[in-house]
Amino acid sequence: MTDTVVVDPDSHLSQAELAAKHGLTVAGARPGLAAYTRRLWSYRHFISAYANARIVSSFSTTRLGRLWQVLTPVTNAAVYYLIFGVVLNTKADVPNFIAYLCTGLFVFVFSQSAIQGGVQAISGNLGLIRALQFPRACLPIAVTLTQFSNMVASIIVLIGIVLITGEPISVEWLVVVPALLLQSVFNAGVAMIVARLGAKLADLKQLIPFIMRTWMYASGVLYSVVLFERHLPLWAARLLEANPLLVYIELMRHALLEGAPLASPVPVLWALAVGWALLAGVGGFVYFWLGEQEYGRG
Amino acid sequence: MAERIPTIVADDVHVVYRVHGAGTPGTGSPVAGLRRLVTRSRPPTIREVHAIKGVSFTAYRGEAIGLIGTNGSGKSTLLRAVAGLLPVDRGALYAMGQPSLLGVNAALMNDLSGERNVELGCLAMGMSKEQVREQTPKIIEFSGINDRGEFSSLPMRTYSSGMSARLRFSIAAAKRHDVLLIDEALATGDAQFRRRSEERVRELRADAGTVFLVSHTMASIVDTCERSIWLESGVIRADGPTDEVVKQYEDFTKRK
Repeated sequence: MTDTVVVDPDSHLSQAELAAKHGLTVAGARPGLAAYTRRLWSYRHFISAYANARIVSSFSTTRLGRLWQVLTPVTNAAVYYLIFGVVLNTKADVPNFIAYLCTGLFVFVFSQSAIQGGVQAISGNLGLIRALQFPRACLPIAVTLTQFSNMVASIIVLIGIVLITGEPISVEWLVVVPALLLQSVFNAGVAMIVARLGAKLADLKQLIPFIMRTWMYASGVLYSVVLFERHLPLWAARLLEANPLLVYIELMRHALLEGAPLASPVPVLWALAVGWALLAGVGGFVYFWLGEQEYGRG
Repeated sequence: MAERIPTIVADDVHVVYRVHGAGTPGTGSPVAGLRRLVTRSRPPTIREVHAIKGVSFTAYRGEAIGLIGTNGSGKSTLLRAVAGLLPVDRGALYAMGQPSLLGVNAALMNDLSGERNVELGCLAMGMSKEQVREQTPKIIEFSGINDRGEFSSLPMRTYSSGMSARLRFSIAAAKRHDVLLIDEALATGDAQFRRRSEERVRELRADAGTVFLVSHTMASIVDTCERSIWLESGVIRADGPTDEVVKQYEDFTKRK
């Protein structure tokens, strides 16, 4: 019953030879790295539309809608002002502590939410992955883009806070742009790494909150970076100062605040920022690409 | 007869699902998890389901092939593997171009309007921005969701299951495909839409495409497909002209 077509010029061929003769390709084969990058580029409109759609849909049932993009960082800042500014009245070696704190917090939250979203970029979208063929790297990149849009709103709030707390407007503020772009590349890279890990290992999602909290304490978000050198052995302090999130936070503080204490000199910070972005961005992309065929399995 | 050009070649294909969290009683407790960590044994919550067990066939250009079988026989899995969405464990699947799968649960975003979903779906299929702009009104028109008022601007969660199935079919059918795989997508529409979509399937075939159709409605298989493959527990039971295969299948289901 299986072979209804007996009179066929191709019937003597094996299935593989038949496929080769007519130029068929293996379904779902992983393209080469260059071809994959080109395909990803041709899907750029999908990435931005998808990222945008995620923002819209996450606020779609709320009354205030996208206003929450701005309200969330404002509320965050208000809570920290209440605790550190009013209740504890922290000064901690830092002039303008509230602005110092909010800068660190917003920069950190940008990476944190990109990583948290990245873990579920594959596992949370299996329906889409099993229905449509597109470069899967679109998903973690779209997650990063969504968070980037939230970060832009946070930066606007941050500039408001910085102005209210009496920092002068300066040309150095422009440095925010390259710092933010480098951090975005870094975030996308890490999001791709955790997306691949999270696709195989569901336990990672449970672990991420603890990892991120540890990372937050290691990045000097809630206190002055000067404390590291004061309380830790030198090697540990140096290690912490190379921590990518601390680097991006320091760059932002350096750009927006006058007289904020820095753990490393500015040129070192830039070198580290570029290095981390390249390492995570390229490494994460290649690592994610290597797993491309497996993502439909879940 | 002209030389027949194959579009899909399946060579002894096996697909295995690994299901996490398919717990047997007594393995989900924290103590059991700890014991596994200590004894380094494989978690019993991962179970393998051998869904496709050595399937071989060749599909040619201009053919419409019906895929029939009881629930859980592996039809949808086979289509996903053909579309390259599920990796094959053993054997190989060769395809011409990129086969497109049109399933009932092609995930669109329920919180977004139908219009935005059309845009997103088209971009995900690899259309350019201009094509999307040009196609969107046509797709909405074809789906007929605006027949009862301006539904295309409402979120998709407000749609009935038939309406969203129609929209999904319309999105997928908007593109020219070398190989189109249809998974039960025509089942939910009403008679009028089914007629329109069957028309569209015929057009796609005329464009030198190959169409696979999974359906439990034998009438629509008989209407659209001249060849059928009967799959049972991941193995091909019969492959041949639709009327013969359908007859065998119906005898089989009646006997049960």
